[in-house]
Amino acid sequence: MNFTIFYTIISLSSLGILAGVILYFVAKKFKVIEDPRIDEVNEALPAANCGGCGYPGCRSFAEACVKATDLDNLFCPVGGNKGMNDVAKILGIEVVEKEAMLAVVRCNGSYKNRPRTNIYDGTTSCKIVHNLYSGETGCSFGCLGLGDCVKSCKFDAIYIDEETGLPVVDEEKCVSCGACVKACPRLLIELRLKGKANRRIFVCCSNTEKGGIARKNCVAACIGCGKCVEVCPFGAIEMRENLAYIDYKKCKLCRKCVSACPTKAIYEINFPPKKPKIEPTAEIKMEETN
Amino acid sequence: MSNKKLIVSLSPHTCGKDSVSRIMYDVLIALMPAFIVSMYMFGFGALRVTLIAIFSCVLFEYLIQKFMLKVKPTINDGSAMVTGLLLAFNVPSNLPWWMIIVGSFVAIAIAKMSFGGLGNNPFNPALVGRVFLFVSFPVAMTSWPVPILTRFKLVDAVTSATPLSIVKEGLKNNIATSELITKLPSYADLFFGKLGGCIGEVSVLALALGGIYLLYRKVISWHIPVAMIGGVALFSGILWGFNPEKYMDPMFQILTGGVFLGAIFMATDMVTSPMTPKGMIIFGVLIGLITVVIRVFGAYPEGVSFAILIMNAFVPLIDKFCKPRKYGFVKVKND
Amino acid sequence: MSGYKELKTFPKGGIHPEGHKISADKAIELLKMPEIVSIPVSQHLGAPAKPIVVANDIVKVGQVIAESGGYVSTNIHASVSGVVSKIDKVMDASGYKRLAITIKIDGDDWLEGIDTSLDIKKKITLSKEEIISKLQKDGIVGLGGATFPIHVKLSPPEGKVADILLINGVECEPFLTADHRLMLEKGEEVLIGTQIIMQALGVSKALIGIEANKLDAIEHLSNLAKNYSGISVVVLKVQYPQGAEKQLIEALTNRQVPIGGLPIDVGVVVQNVGTAFAVYESVQKNKPLVERVVTVTGKNLKNPSNFLVRLGIPVSNLIKAAGGLPDQTGKIVSGGPMMGKALNTPDVPVTKGTSGILLISENESMRGEVLNCIRCAKCAWHCPLGLEPYLLMNLVEKGFYDQAQQEQILNCCECGTCGFTCPADRPLLDYIRLGKSIINQKLREKS
Repeated sequence: MNFTIFYTIISLSSLGILAGVILYFVAKKFKVIEDPRIDEVNEALPAANCGGCGYPGCRSFAEACVKATDLDNLFCPVGGNKGMNDVAKILGIEVVEKEAMLAVVRCNGSYKNRPRTNIYDGTTSCKIVHNLYSGETGCSFGCLGLGDCVKSCKFDAIYIDEETGLPVVDEEKCVSCGACVKACPRLLIELRLKGKANRRIFVCCSNTEKGGIARKNCVAACIGCGKCVEVCPFGAIEMRENLAYIDYKKCKLCRKCVSACPTKAIYEINFPPKKPKIEPTAEIKMEETN
Repeated sequence: MSNKKLIVSLSPHTCGKDSVSRIMYDVLIALMPAFIVSMYMFGFGALRVTLIAIFSCVLFEYLIQKFMLKVKPTINDGSAMVTGLLLAFNVPSNLPWWMIIVGSFVAIAIAKMSFGGLGNNPFNPALVGRVFLFVSFPVAMTSWPVPILTRFKLVDAVTSATPLSIVKEGLKNNIATSELITKLPSYADLFFGKLGGCIGEVSVLALALGGIYLLYRKVISWHIPVAMIGGVALFSGILWGFNPEKYMDPMFQILTGGVFLGAIFMATDMVTSPMTPKGMIIFGVLIGLITVVIRVFGAYPEGVSFAILIMNAFVPLIDKFCKPRKYGFVKVKND
Repeated sequence: MSGYKELKTFPKGGIHPEGHKISADKAIELLKMPEIVSIPVSQHLGAPAKPIVVANDIVKVGQVIAESGGYVSTNIHASVSGVVSKIDKVMDASGYKRLAITIKIDGDDWLEGIDTSLDIKKKITLSKEEIISKLQKDGIVGLGGATFPIHVKLSPPEGKVADILLINGVECEPFLTADHRLMLEKGEEVLIGTQIIMQALGVSKALIGIEANKLDAIEHLSNLAKNYSGISVVVLKVQYPQGAEKQLIEALTNRQVPIGGLPIDVGVVVQNVGTAFAVYESVQKNKPLVERVVTVTGKNLKNPSNFLVRLGIPVSNLIKAAGGLPDQTGKIVSGGPMMGKALNTPDVPVTKGTSGILLISENESMRGEVLNCIRCAKCAWHCPLGLEPYLLMNLVEKGFYDQAQQEQILNCCECGTCGFTCPADRPLLDYIRLGKSIINQKLREKS
C-alpha cells in the first residue's frame, strides 16, 4: 500500500515537469516584443481607466502617447498638466500646458423653478425617459433628474441634490473626463474652463423654445431676449435658437451679462458679492457650494 | 382638463396576475398533502421540526436583511418559508432543535443571502442546509423514527433504517436482492408513505398530488420531474437488467429516498434550474444518473440531494448551450 | 368555445390577457367638431412632411397642407375646413413638441371631387401604377399603428415578388375595438379595399385573419367574401400577440420572416383592415386620409365608444364625448394596454396612428415593486420571438451591448409579453428598448 504514495508523487511531479516545459516553449515562441516605454508611461498615468482621454483605457492611451510624435492632441484629464508633464519627460518631448476644465450642468429646472406636470413611473434611467417623452415637466430640454450622469461618474464627483432634483458637480473631485457629458441624453452637461480662482459664468439653461413658452414651463429659463448679447463688451455671447451661449474662450468674466439677464439664467460662480447686494436665491446658493 | 398629474410609463401598461409571492405560496400549498401525511406518520415530531425550521429560516432572513444588508425585508414573499418547509421535509423527525436551527442558518445565510438573496443563489438553499447537516451530523441525520409508532413521542423515539440503507447494508454483506425484499416495506407502503425516512419524502402519493397542483398552477413544467424520475428509472433499470440479484429494480429506486420530493419540489426550484425545456430535460436526466451512481456505487445510501446540488452547479452552462429557438432562423438561405 | 375546431395561431409563446372589449357593441359614431385642430406634419414613419400653407390661408377638407418629405413619407391633408391660424410646435403623442399646422374650423367645406356619400362603388377602374400613386398622393399609411406609408409597402424592391396579401383584422390588443366595428359596419368597403391592394400588388390571394373573439365580424366578412374571388377569412386563436406582423404571417402562411428581413422577403404583404378601408375611400371615393376610427375606452369611463374622428382633434375632446375624464384616472394611453404609449397630457391631437384611447385608473397605473429575477423563465417561454428577455435586460443593464446584439435584441417587436408575464414586475421591456436604441445608434454611427 505504500506504493500508492510513491506513484502519486511520481505521476504528479512528472505532470508538473511536463507542463513547465510546455509553458517554457510557449512563452518563448509567442513572446510579444513591446516598447518598454509603454509600461513606463502606463505607470505614470493615474490608472483610472475612465476613458476621458478618448481611449478605452490607460494602457491604450499610453500606447498612443508612445506612438505619437507630439502630445498636442493627447491629454489625460485625470492626471492633468502634471501627469502629462511626467509622460512627456519619459518620452523626451515637450508638452503645452492645458487649462483645467470642469463639467457644468446647464439646467436650473429645480422643483421650485420648474413645476412637475406628470409623474414618471418606471426604470430610473434618463435615457429611457428621454426616448419615451419630454419628461415630468413641461420643458422638453431640461434635466430629467434620474442620474445617468451620477452613474457614469467614476470619481464620485456628481450627485443629485435632493432639494432641487438637479445634479451638482463637485469642483474638487471633477477631473473633467467627460463621462457625464456622454451619459446625458439631453446634452446638458458641458466641459467648460474651470476659470481663474474657479470663477465661471455660464447660461444655466438649454431650452431653445420661444421665450414665452420656455418661461411658462420654467421660471429660470433663458428666454432668448438678447440683452446679454448687447451688454457683452467682448462679443463672447451669441444667440442660438432662442438660447444664449457664452463662449468660455472669449469670456473675460466681467459679469455684465449676469445683472442684465431678466430671468437670472446666467450664472456666476465663486465671485465675491457685488456691492449693491442682490438677494441670492436658493438655487444660486446651491450653485456656489458645488 | 383637470389639474391632476397623469402617470407616464413605458408599455406594457397591464400586468399578469403572477407574482413571486403567489408562486411561493403555491409551492407551500402543494407541500401540504405531504405535510399532512408526515403528521400522520411522525406526529408531533414532524410538527416540531417543521415549525422550528420555518420560524428560524424566516427569522434569519429578516435579521440579515434588516441589520446586515439594511434593505427592506422581503419575508412576505414566502420564499424563506418554502426553504424552511423543504429543509424540514429533508430531515428526520427526531432531529435535535439546535441542529435544525444550524441547518436553517446555513440554508438562509450561506446558501441564499450571501449570494444576493432570492434569485441569485446558485444552489438550492434547503438542500445546502440538508447536506451540511448530513455531512456534519451523520448519526443524527440517519436515525429515522419508526412511522406511526412514534407519533406521540418527541425525541427519544424508536428508530429504524430506511429501505435504502437496508439495501445498502444488505448488498455490502452479499445478500441477494430477492432475499432483501422480504425485509423491506411493500411497494404499496412505499407509495403511501409507511416507511422510515425524512419527514417529507415518505409518501409518493402526497408528493405527486402536490406536483399535480403545481403543474395545474403552471408553477412548474413537467420536464424536470419527468426527466429526473425517468432518468432514475432508466439507469437503475439498465443495472437491474444486468444483474437483478445485485441491483434493486427501478420501481424500488423511484419510490424510495426522496426521488419524488427532489423531482417535484427541489430540482424544479426556478432559481437553480435551467430555463429552456431542452435544458430542463438534460438537467433532469443527469440528476437521475448521478442519483443512481451515488446510490449504487457511492458510500451513501441516498443520492438525490447530492445529485441535485451537483447539477445546480451546471445550470449556467446548460443555460448557455440550450437556448430557445429564435424566430427567423429556420430558413437560412443555403448555408 | 368558439365552435371552430382547429384555430390557426403562431407556434411559440404568447399570452392570454383579459379581453375587456367593452366597446365592442358600440356602433361607430361621428365625433362632434371642435373649434380648432392641430394637425402634426409627422404622423407617419419616415421623414416629416413639409408644410405648404402659411398662416391665414383658407383650406378645405382634403386639401394637401404638407407635402411628402421624401420617398418614405407621405402627404398630410387638411381634415377640416377653415383658416390656418399658426404653424408651430405642438405636443403630440410622441411625447415631444413637433411641428403641426393649427386650423381654426369654419364650416365643413370639402374639396371638390371628393365623394362623401355612403354609396358603395365596387368597380375598380384604375391600373396598378395609378392605384399606388393615388394612395401616395392621398397620404394613406398603415393604420394598425406602425403608420408605414403604404406606397412603399406596395412597391416591392427589385427581385422580390409578393404572392399573398394578409389583411390584419386580429386586433389582439385588449380593450380596442375600432377594427372590429369597422369590419362589421364597413365590411363591403374593407373587401373592396382588399381587392384594390391585391390588384396593386398583382397577387390573386388574400387572407383576412380575425381572432375568434369577434364571431360576428367573422361571420359577416365570410358571407361577404363569397362574392370576392381570392379573398377568404381565416379564424385565428385568441392569443396575444396574434396581430403582430411576424406572428400573423406565421399563423396564416406558416412562413418565417428571416432575421433582419421584411415580410416581402417571404412574399407576403400585411395590411390592416383600417388601411383597407382607407384604400377604398381613396381609390373609389377620391377621399384622402383625413379621418379614422378611434376606440375610446376604459373600465371607469361612462360611455366607452368608437368614434370616427377627423385627424388633429385633441384627445381630450374624444374623452369628453365618451363621458368625460373619470376622477380616478391615472393614465391615458394612446393605443392598447400592451403596446400603447402613455400620454403626458390629454391635449394631444389624434393622428393617423391613433387606434384607441385607453384610460387606466390610478390603482392600476402604477407598476409593482421590482424584485429580484427568480429565473422562472416565464418571459422566455412566452416570448413569441424566442428571445430571452431576462438575459437581454441583464446584458443591457451591465452595458454588454455587443452580446445583447448577438442575442438578437433587435429582433424584439416590443409586444410587452415579457413584462406582462414577469412575476417580479421587472422592467424587462424598458431595458430592451434602451438596448435597442443604443445599439441602433451605434450601428448608425458605424455606417
